Amino acid sequence: MEEFMSKLFVPKDTGACSLGADEVALKLEHYFESHDIAIQVVRNGSRGLYWLEPLIEIETAEGRVAYGPIGIGDVEDFIKESCWMLNKSHPKYLGRTEAIPFLSKQQRVTFAKVGIIDPLCIDDYVSHGGFVGLRKALELSPQDIVSTVSESGLRGRGGAAFPTGIKWQTVLDATGAQKYIVCNADEGDSGTYSDRMLMESDPFALIEGMTIAGLGVKSTEGYIYLREEYPLAHEILKKALRVAREANYIGKNILESGSSFDIEVRLGAGAYICGEETSMLESLEGKRGEVRPKPPLPAAQGLFGKPSVINNVVSLASVPPIIADGSESYHHYGFGRSRGTLPFQLSGNIKYAGLVEIPFGATLNDLLFGFGGGTRTGRAMKAVQVGGPLGAYLPKRHWNTALDYEAFSKIGAMLGHGGIVGFDDSVDMSEQAQFSMEFCRIESCGKCTPCRIGSVRGVELIESIRRGENLQQNQELLVELCDTMEDGSLCAMGGMTPFPVRSALKYFSKDFE
Amino acid sequence: MKDSTQSDFTEKIIGNMKETPGPLLEILHQIQKEFGYVSPDLVPVIAESLNVSRAEVHGVISFYHYFRSAPPALHRVQICRAEACQAMGSRVLEDYAKASLGIDFHQITADGSITLEPVYCLGNCACPPSIRIDDKIYAGVSAEIFDLLVDELRIKPLKVVN
Ligand SMILES: Cc1cc2nc3c(=O)[nH]c(=O)nc-3n(C[C@H](O)[C@H](O)[C@H](O)COP(=O)(O)O)c2cc1C
Ligand code: SF4
Ligand code: FES
Repeated sequence: MEEFMSKLFVPKDTGACSLGADEVALKLEHYFESHDIAIQVVRNGSRGLYWLEPLIEIETAEGRVAYGPIGIGDVEDFIKESCWMLNKSHPKYLGRTEAIPFLSKQQRVTFAKVGIIDPLCIDDYVSHGGFVGLRKALELSPQDIVSTVSESGLRGRGGAAFPTGIKWQTVLDATGAQKYIVCNADEGDSGTYSDRMLMESDPFALIEGMTIAGLGVKSTEGYIYLREEYPLAHEILKKALRVAREANYIGKNILESGSSFDIEVRLGAGAYICGEETSMLESLEGKRGEVRPKPPLPAAQGLFGKPSVINNVVSLASVPPIIADGSESYHHYGFGRSRGTLPFQLSGNIKYAGLVEIPFGATLNDLLFGFGGGTRTGRAMKAVQVGGPLGAYLPKRHWNTALDYEAFSKIGAMLGHGGIVGFDDSVDMSEQAQFSMEFCRIESCGKCTPCRIGSVRGVELIESIRRGENLQQNQELLVELCDTMEDGSLCAMGGMTPFPVRSALKYFSKDFE
Repeated sequence: MKDSTQSDFTEKIIGNMKETPGPLLEILHQIQKEFGYVSPDLVPVIAESLNVSRAEVHGVISFYHYFRSAPPALHRVQICRAEACQAMGSRVLEDYAKASLGIDFHQITADGSITLEPVYCLGNCACPPSIRIDDKIYAGVSAEIFDLLVDELRIKPLKVVN
């Protein structure tokens, strides 16, 4: 056996597994074992090129090469045609993985190790630069850690884009012996999966980021609030925490530094609103996930009434490279006040759907066509929803907008968590608007009337518009209802459901006639 | 019907969680993992052990879509109804699933094998439409694939081999 072909990679990621990766890995392992072939099957994470999953990689002297997609129906052929011995003429051969344009055109910073390493192998993590940030943070003062994060320009990746450094500073300055780091891993936005990918493919990055946050604001306890819909991420996170604790990267007296920090995972229970930070705190405290009025801000009175940092998975996982390489290394990426990179997620009816981490400043067109290759169905792209279920539907004339928080807010849209859902011309936008209201009705926490009652009324109004009843009057009522929800709701659930509804009405008015 | 196994289990896990702050959701998760649902009979047991009102415990159970108050079917089939899946035909799949199983969402098939539920995103939005069966997620599910997957879950009478 030639040595350079000693490792073969089959992703263990929800997406890859939903396409048969587990079965493929089992088959290959069985074949290698029964034929005494010394190849190790490594379960890496996903590279995020989902149309190629399951993407099998083989380690060679020139770097990793890929075959894909190799589903259950292709694995026999993969074996028969000796692909594992590097048959370069096989139709599924893709060449060097890093040279695949979808990947080579990206700047992966937060996702630098995703898909490359074995997510649960701490040595692999360390040999790819893992824990450099943490080791450095252990030498820094809390204020230096917080200042570095502030100077990097990092803003929250969960949706609201609030400067992370300012949040941390507030918690650092708060008095009190007990403070918490809470990671928001509820990832409720449809069309998004970057948190899931990161937790499944590089969980130590999140653990490291949370630990640095703990050192930065002088907290010793962290919670990860994970949605129930992510069973694989749950399994991997629990294992990763155990491994990190055994290696003393978390727990008591981390790496003999005298500092301690530990993390616990808590599962949500199927409620979109629990992604809203105060609702999440209620849920973590074991209560109904009802939104709390602000103030007080969670930074002052958060979990169990204590000062708490609440950050999204991607925000926290972006911290280790910022500390390791310095704030400038991150800040130099980006555009205007949107600094660094954002892992965009191409979803829905898109031919090459997957994760694209690039600096802010490109356009939607670059993503939809440059990376995404247009629709999967081959029909014309009609509408694109950006930023989850509370994000606007954008027509073609806005696809040239720069991917930048401010530019999007100027057109009544938001980047949010970076989800981008494509729809072809078979979509009926009045049906989409109706769903937005329906989703709000189902997921409203019920605390305020404009959201709780408004969403019920919204569904009725759009239903009657779709039946062609009193078109003009009903459309006016719908706009008024949107005003009421926007002005009178306690949180963005009721306050932003009007975004997709209004945008559908404004840009795709033909669908409401 | 009082089930002493269930209340014993509940008391035991609550005892184990004395040190856990805000334990109610964790307790409910463990109960549902063990028995498949949270029996209304357990509400007073939980309330008493945690020293909160029954209304409070009930309020929490009813707030979350995930917690169930009645025994489930053998398998849970969830169809993603969210936008990325809609863009690739989840509405058609949803209608097909209901018709072919002969049930609506939140109902159980007559043979007790399947509960059908909606879900709003499984994080598999690059490979739509997606469904989840118990803890496994499937991508690009067409009507045919749905039938194949669901057929595996059906309770089948044992074949007599002669
Ligand atoms: C209805 C609603 C749902 C939300 N869902 C999420 C979510 O799933 N994940 C998330 O990180 N933030 C979510 N947020 C934003 C959080 O409230 C909060 O801003 C965020 O977790 C802060 O972390 P960041 O600053 O790192 O983004 C949601 C907000 C609202 C109003
Ligand atoms: S807007 Fe809706 S979800 Fe938000 S607090 Fe009010 S009722 Fe709850
Ligand atoms: S929208 Fe269906 S899996 Fe995300």
